[in-house]
This record gives sequence, C-alpha cells and structure tokens, in this order.
Amino acid sequence: MSIEFRQVTKRYGGHSAPLVVKGIDFRIPTGTLTTILGPSGCGKTTTLRMIAGLDAPTSGTILIDGQDVTGLGPAERNVSMVFQSYALFPHMTVLDNVSYGLVVQGVRRSDAAAQARATMARVGLDAFGDRLPAELSGGQQQRVAVARSLVLQPSVLLFDEPLSNLDARLRRSMREEIRSLQQQLGLTVAYVTHDQSEALAVSDQIIVMDAGTIAQAGSPRELYEHPRSEFVAGFMGEALLFDATADGSGNLHLGPLQVRGVEPVAAGGVRVAVRPQAWRLGSPGDGRLAATVATRAYVGAHVELTLSTAIGEIFVVTPDVRSEWTPGTIVGLDLGEGGVAIVRPA
Amino acid sequence: MHQGSLPSARGSVLPRGGARRVLAAWVWLGLAAYVLLPWYLPQDQGLWRAWMGIFAGADTASGLVQAAVHGRPWLWSGVLGLALAGIGCLMTGARRQGTWLFAGAALGLAGLLGSGFLIGSRGWAFETLERSFGELSVGQLGFGPGAAVALLALLVLLGGGIARLGAFRGDVFVSAAVVSCAALLALFVALPVLRSLAGAVLDDDGAVSAVALAQRLFSERVWGLGCLAGGVRCGVAWNTLFLAVLTATGTTVLGAAIALLAERGGRARLARPLNVLALLPIITPPFVVGLGLVLLFGRAGLVNQFLEWAFGIPPTRWFYGLFGIWLAQMFAFTPIAFMILRGVVQGISPSLEEAAQTLRASRWQTFRSVTLPLMKPGLANAFLVGFVESIADFGNPIVVGGSYAVLSTDIFFAIVGAQYDQGRAAALALVLTVFALGAFLVQQRVLGGGHYTTVTGKGDTGVPLPLPEGARRVVHMLALPWLLFTLVVYLFAFSGGFVQTWGRDYTPTLDHFRTAFDLQWGVGGLVWAGTAWNSLFTTLKLAAIAAPLCAGTGLLISWLLARTRFAGQRAFEFAALLSFAIPGTVLGVSYILAFNVPPFELTGTALIIVLCFVFRSLPVGVRAGTASFQQIDRNLDEASVMLRAGTATTLRRVVLPLLKPALVAALVYSFVRSMTTVSAVIFLVTAENELATTYIIGRVGNGDYGVALAYCTVLIGLMSLATALIQWLVGERRLGRRAQEGAR
Repeated sequence: MSIEFRQVTKRYGGHSAPLVVKGIDFRIPTGTLTTILGPSGCGKTTTLRMIAGLDAPTSGTILIDGQDVTGLGPAERNVSMVFQSYALFPHMTVLDNVSYGLVVQGVRRSDAAAQARATMARVGLDAFGDRLPAELSGGQQQRVAVARSLVLQPSVLLFDEPLSNLDARLRRSMREEIRSLQQQLGLTVAYVTHDQSEALAVSDQIIVMDAGTIAQAGSPRELYEHPRSEFVAGFMGEALLFDATADGSGNLHLGPLQVRGVEPVAAGGVRVAVRPQAWRLGSPGDGRLAATVATRAYVGAHVELTLSTAIGEIFVVTPDVRSEWTPGTIVGLDLGEGGVAIVRPA
Repeated sequence: MHQGSLPSARGSVLPRGGARRVLAAWVWLGLAAYVLLPWYLPQDQGLWRAWMGIFAGADTASGLVQAAVHGRPWLWSGVLGLALAGIGCLMTGARRQGTWLFAGAALGLAGLLGSGFLIGSRGWAFETLERSFGELSVGQLGFGPGAAVALLALLVLLGGGIARLGAFRGDVFVSAAVVSCAALLALFVALPVLRSLAGAVLDDDGAVSAVALAQRLFSERVWGLGCLAGGVRCGVAWNTLFLAVLTATGTTVLGAAIALLAERGGRARLARPLNVLALLPIITPPFVVGLGLVLLFGRAGLVNQFLEWAFGIPPTRWFYGLFGIWLAQMFAFTPIAFMILRGVVQGISPSLEEAAQTLRASRWQTFRSVTLPLMKPGLANAFLVGFVESIADFGNPIVVGGSYAVLSTDIFFAIVGAQYDQGRAAALALVLTVFALGAFLVQQRVLGGGHYTTVTGKGDTGVPLPLPEGARRVVHMLALPWLLFTLVVYLFAFSGGFVQTWGRDYTPTLDHFRTAFDLQWGVGGLVWAGTAWNSLFTTLKLAAIAAPLCAGTGLLISWLLARTRFAGQRAFEFAALLSFAIPGTVLGVSYILAFNVPPFELTGTALIIVLCFVFRSLPVGVRAGTASFQQIDRNLDEASVMLRAGTATTLRRVVLPLLKPALVAALVYSFVRSMTTVSAVIFLVTAENELATTYIIGRVGNGDYGVALAYCTVLIGLMSLATALIQWLVGERRLGRRAQEGAR
C-alpha cells in the first residue's frame, strides 16, 4: 500500500499559530522503506503522526493505497506504529501487550494468544510472554513494540525514532532486523529519524525535511552524492562548501585544483560541497593545494585533520593513521573523483 | 481547535459497527426509560413504591402512560426524537446518519426541556402563555428517574450525531462525553448560579426591576463606609474584603515562613509534624478551629477566666468579631498556603542558587536576589487562594463572628432568618461571586503568564541553600510559636468534648459522647440511642454515594481536557474550572432557589445534597486527574488507538488501570470533603436529612459545646482514617514506580 501526501499543511493552535508543516508532497511506494530525516523541530514526527491519523492535517490530502484517508481516525486505517518511547502498557504482560490489538477486535483469547506467540517468535521473544515490560531490557522492549504492531498484519508500519533509546551496538543490529523484517513481509514502512547514518543504512528512499518543507527526496546514494542544497549536503554527513568555476565540459576549478567527472553544468561560478574523505593528501607542489596541518585528532580507524590553506580552513579525514601529522607539517591536497557535489550555482 | 473543525467525515466512510451498536443501545435505553420508569419524581413515596405504579396513577406513571393516558401529549416529543435517532442508527453513510441522529436528539431534548420549563405544576408556567393558549388542565411535577434516563440517552445521541457530522474527529465517545459533561455543568453549576443571581434583579412582585437591583446592590448595609467616619459599622462587602486581605496576607507570610523552615531550615525532624499540619484542613470541619479558639478566648474561655481571677476584669465577648474570625481563618488556611509554598520552594532548582554563590553572592544576597524572586508567582498564588478561601468561608464567621457581618453569613441570614429575603440573598451572592470570580481570574492570569521554569528536565543534584542567619531567625520567630499555638488550639478543641461544662466545671466525663453516640441493647436488639447517629449515618451514606459520581465525572473531564482536542475546548475548560471559584454559600443558595420548581424540583430531597456534594467536590476530581495525566505518557493512549481499540476500550483497558491511584485519591478526597463541608449544604438539609456538620453548627448555636466538640473529635478520627488510607495507597504506587525504574 502506497502512501501519498498532497499539499499537506499542519499547524497546532489557532489561525495565527505558525505552520509546522508547510505544504509538502511526497509518495512512499508500496513495499519500500522510506525514512523521513531532519533536525529536531523540522516537522518529521508531525508528518508521521499525520500518516498514522493521530494528527489531522490543517489542509491537504493524504492517500493510502490511492484512497483518501484524510478524515479517518487511526483505527480506520490499516496502519501500525512503533513509538519512540515504545508505549508498552506497563500494567500488562508482554503477551497481553502483543495480543491487545487482537483482543480488542473481539478475537477469542486463545486464538489471540496463539497469533501473538507466533509474532513474538518472529522477533525472538518466545520466552518472555509472562514478563512485565519493566522487566525487559531496552532492546527486548523494542522487540515487544514491534511485535505488538505487527500482530494486526498492517500493510503500513510507522517507526518514530525507534532506535534512539538504544546503545550504539544494539542500534546497528536492531536496524538490520527491522530492515529484514520489512523486506520479508513486504511492508510499506515510514521511518522517522534524525540520524543520517541510520537513514543511509536502511532506506530505499530518504526524505530530508527542513523547517516544515521537504529539502530533497531520493535514494540514499542520490542524497549523499548529489545533495541539491547546502542544508542537505551538511545534514547528510559532513561537507565543506567552496566557490568554484565550471568550464561547461564537466570540469571544475577550485582554487589551483582541477576536478574532473562531476555532473556537467553550464560554465560559470558554482558552489560545491566537498566531503572530508574526498581529499587526497600528498607531498606539496605538483599542482596540489599547499596546506599546513593546524590540528590533528587520532580516532582509531582514521585521523581527522584541520588544514590551513589559501582557500580557507579545510577539514580532512584520512585513513593514513601511520603518519604523525605533526601540526606545522606542510602537505599538498588534491581531489579524486567522487565526494564533490555541485549544490547550486554560486 | 483545528482537528475539531475538520470535516472529518468527508468521504462516505461506513460507520464502524461498534459505535452504531452502542448508539442503538442508547436508543433502546431511552425507550425503556419511557416504559419502565416513573417519569416524574414521586412526591411522598419511596422510589420502590412509585415503581410499582408505573402503569397507574398520574403521579407515578411512566412517560408513555403519562403521554397516552394522563393527558400530557408533549411527552411524545421525546419518543419521536428517540425514534428519529433510531432510524438514524439504521442509516448508512456517516453524514446521513449524523443528520438523523442530531435532528432526532435535538427535537427530543427541545421538546422535553421546553415543555418542562414552560409547563409547571399547575399548568402554564408563564401568564403570557396562558393568555394566548388558554388554560392547561394538567400540570407536571419535576423530572424523575424516567425523564432523567431519557434525557441522558438523548444527550448521548446528540453527541453521537455531532460526531457523525464530522466534529470531534468523528469520535462518538468523546463527543458524547463532552456533550453530557457540558450539559451536567450547565445544569448543576451554571443554571442554578445564574438563576439565583438573576433573583437580584426581580422585585418583590417578581418583575424585572433595575431599581430593586440598585437598591439591594448599593445599599448602605453592603457598601456603607460608616466605620471610617467613626460610625458603628461598615458595609458587609467592605467587611468581607478587609477580612480577606488580612487573612490572605497573614496566611501567605506565615505559610512562606513555615515552608522555608521546612525546606531550608535544616531541621529534618520537623518534616513529619509539618506533613500532619498540612493535612489538618482537609480532615477537619472548617469550624473546629473556631471552636477551639472559643474555648481559649470566649466569654467562658481560659484567658478571660484568668483575667478575672488575676485582675478582676469581668469577662466580655471581646473576642467575637473581626479579630476572632481573622485568627480562626489564619489557623484554618495557613496550612493551605504552606502546602502551595512548600511545593514552590521545593521546585526552586538548587543549582540556580549554587550558580549565584559561585558568582560570589553572599548567602543573604542569593536569598534576596534569587530565591525570593523565584518564589514570587507562588506567593501571589498563595495570596489569592487565601483570599478566595476567606471570602467563601462560612463556618468560622458563624461561630466566632459575633456582630461582624460578612457576605457568606449575611446570605445565610437573608435566607433562613426571620427576614427571608430572596432578592437580598441573591444580590449579596452576586457581590460575593463577583469577588470570587475576580480573584479566580487574576489567579489564572498569574499562573498562566510570566512563568519561571524552576524545575528543569536535567538532573538537579545541587544542595539547597540553607537560609541566611537573619532570615532564619525571622522564620523561626514566626513559625515555631505559631506551630505551638496550632497544637494548643487543636488540643483544646479535642479536650473540650471530654469535660462537663467548659469554663465552669472541668470534671472529666464521657457524657457528651454518650449523648451523641450512645448504644443500648433494647428489646429489638441494638438501639442507636445517641442523638448524633442519624446525622452521622446520613452524612456517610450521602457522601459515599457522591464520591464515586464525583471522582468518575471529574476524571472523565480531566481526561477530555488533557487528551483530546475539540472546538470550544477552552470554553469547556473554563466552565469546568469555574466551579472552583463559586463559593459554597452561593452554590447552596443557588440550589435552593433554582431547584424548588419543576422541571428540576429537588429541594428537600437527599438527592439535592448528593448533587451539591458532587459538584462542589468536582474540582478535586478534575485536579487529581489532571495531575496524573501529566505523568502518564500520552503515547500509551495513542498506541492503544493505533491498535484499533475504540476510545471507550482504551479508557477501560489502558487509562483506567494506570489511573487507579488517582481514582482512589479522588474518591477518598471527595468523600472527606463532602463529610466536612458546611457552607453549601446548610441551606439544603431538612429534618430527615440532617448532616453531621449542620448538626454540630446547630449544637454550637445552642451553646452546647461539649457535644459539638465530641462530635468533631469523632469526625476527625474518621477522616484521619480515610486520609491515612489514601496516603498508604498513593505511597504504594510511588514504590512500585521506583522498582520499575530500577529494573530497566
């Protein structure tokens, strides 16, 4: 079941209140996982709650599977949601939590319990049916929340920052579980997060939101490699922005450097975003940009350097952890292919 | 708000089966009420006897029989309304269903209420109607059980219709709950108060008269300033205001001193006694302090006797009057100010004070420039609460007021005294209500705007700053003697029940208890021979009936306010909070003036006392609910709704179990409050429905202090038990929570 937003706006409060969502359009195709990514306060959770039916849009239309559901309550859409806080009912056991949706539908208790157990087995919770939510670890609570929303066999599943309460190690394995569950069951998933690496790892499509509008939507690769605005470039991982000149045949001039193989644009000034790992370090001279090491941080897998150059301070990440990179060392910089994107004509 | 005004039913979505079944059930219930219950309130027979006669005589027959046989055809309007709504239930398509439901319910309500107000016990209620339509041969009595159930069903169906038409996001339950609660608030708070206040505008012949209003409102007795010019007395309005300002100032200063002593005085062992002190005003009837003070300072009190013995000064009634009321109110209301201000002091983040100190501020500078300013909103709040409590107080002025008249006692004497002047009572009530509402609105302003966030989300591990030396000395000088004095007064009030005659004969005795609570073995077994048993049992029974109604309605309203959004919510919230501001005396007078004619003829019944209990304690239930909804993650409700549970199911299976502590607290508090209230119910009691507090006031009026105090002692004992029960239950929940967090 696809989800579609048409010119949806939302404001909380009276007519004078500011718009939280300012007329957005997007489409989440059937059976795909789309993340809605953005800084806090950009309207991404509001967007998710409007898909769920927990908030009604101020104007615009929401379609699920081509049907207008704008005015329907959450119970009348075939949608389930996993909350950021999990929202497990603290006074019910895990089994009661998972079978709740079935029981309130009037399914016989024994049937409901059987279905609930099957769903719990799917997420690896077989042994925990009699526990109370408070007796589980964070990861187990997360699994209960997922099982509880899966038990009604929804065609759309919504996640609101599902991993934000977990530690880093658990986060990676849970996000893989969610992704594989989605692919096995062919679910349409909308997934809200503020963590770009999480978004890059699990998504078919990423929608980046900024201050109530959609900054850019596309595949993870598209967004990372071809951000269309400074905001997206900055939000999808670190990037430094420079003024450059395009020669109209796919080459860029950035200070003394020449960069080849970027998307062809008309000749003239452009603004480019350069990822810190795109820089190659070498000896000075030879058409390279001369740079002096200002600071250096060894973080294990790589080294982070700040270099002073004629075109300003440049932040560089290099996998070369063997060299000392003593501050004051003079090095030469140039750019390889990739890691450079034109964000807008300057 | 926005969601409410949304045309949610724009698609022709089929109504869900559950809601339709529920609405149909309400139609059947309404029809059943028409057939199976006596329509009018039986006048002089019990409900059971009346029920036997639902197919018989005109005073006990059911609605259907009344309409068909006893010549009251206007009752058909309700049946017609229910039938239309029933057709609506069979319809498909939300909008069409909504139209039928709404039209049917509105027609039924308009027909029943309209005829109820227009046709009184002896035909038309207004002469103009009689002139235009001719005399009506039959009248009608006040609404009874049948009418009540039918009206409730119509209200619910009206709510259902409104929801189906697209309001309330199509949620039938929320819509019906809002409509019913709003109707209850309108009927039992707004209507009586407005109706009785309107009495101020009517002259002796019942005609609207601005002159009568002006005479009553601006008379010398209300606004006179004679006392300033050396005359005998000032107007009663000035008296009330003057007393209220004195009391509010005094209780705020003392409350702040005790709060600082408790939280910053560095004396941990004071914590427990101070907790007990905070509970006292809840569990004691409001006039107990007054009685204790009479034993000390009254004509036969210890102080006067000592003065006579030592200096030969003949005892007088010098204590009765402004000073007496003020002192009594200080005792009665300081604990409330203390509770408010203790919360404020606790809320001041120690790290703010630590920050000031690391910026080289001395302890005294920190206290003056950080601690005190942060307390300002709390101080303003405590002042206004003290002000409202003082002007609404009835028990203390009536016990120790002497000739110092205040509004609440003047209203009482205007109604029950020899003068029996409804218009005057209404005018005085109007003045009192304006004062109370004014203070209430200012308080909302104070609390609404200019908030200082003192409790931050981040962990506060700082150590609270001890009071600077000078402030500590002042606080001790104020608070410690006061605490001692409170103890003495309560001790006196307590011991007064155990001596023969205070002031003359201090022989210890249990006679007073025997008079009030004697038990004997008679021929037929146990005989409740004491004179007080009757009133005690009545009070217990009525308070026990009122408590669940009050807690249930209060929690429902708080849920609607906390968890739903709908058009007109602001107005609904205001109406719900408004009953905070209506002084008990005004509510009592309003009930007796508004509910003495059909269609709501309740004066003299126990039902009116129960209703008065319910709507007077309603704010307590709303408060308890609001507080706990702030603690319960609203995602839990939403998760349940996302799992396709209906709103009613969510309430029953998720919200209510989590709300249990609040429910218990609201139950017990409303029970206790009903047991100890006096101002509202003193107008409503009758010989067969005498209550504990009014019995005690009566005894005090006869100068029979021994029995009165003995009764107070028993009441305080009972109430302490009830409160200990809440503390125990609420405390248990806190433990469970900590255990939960530990396991995480």
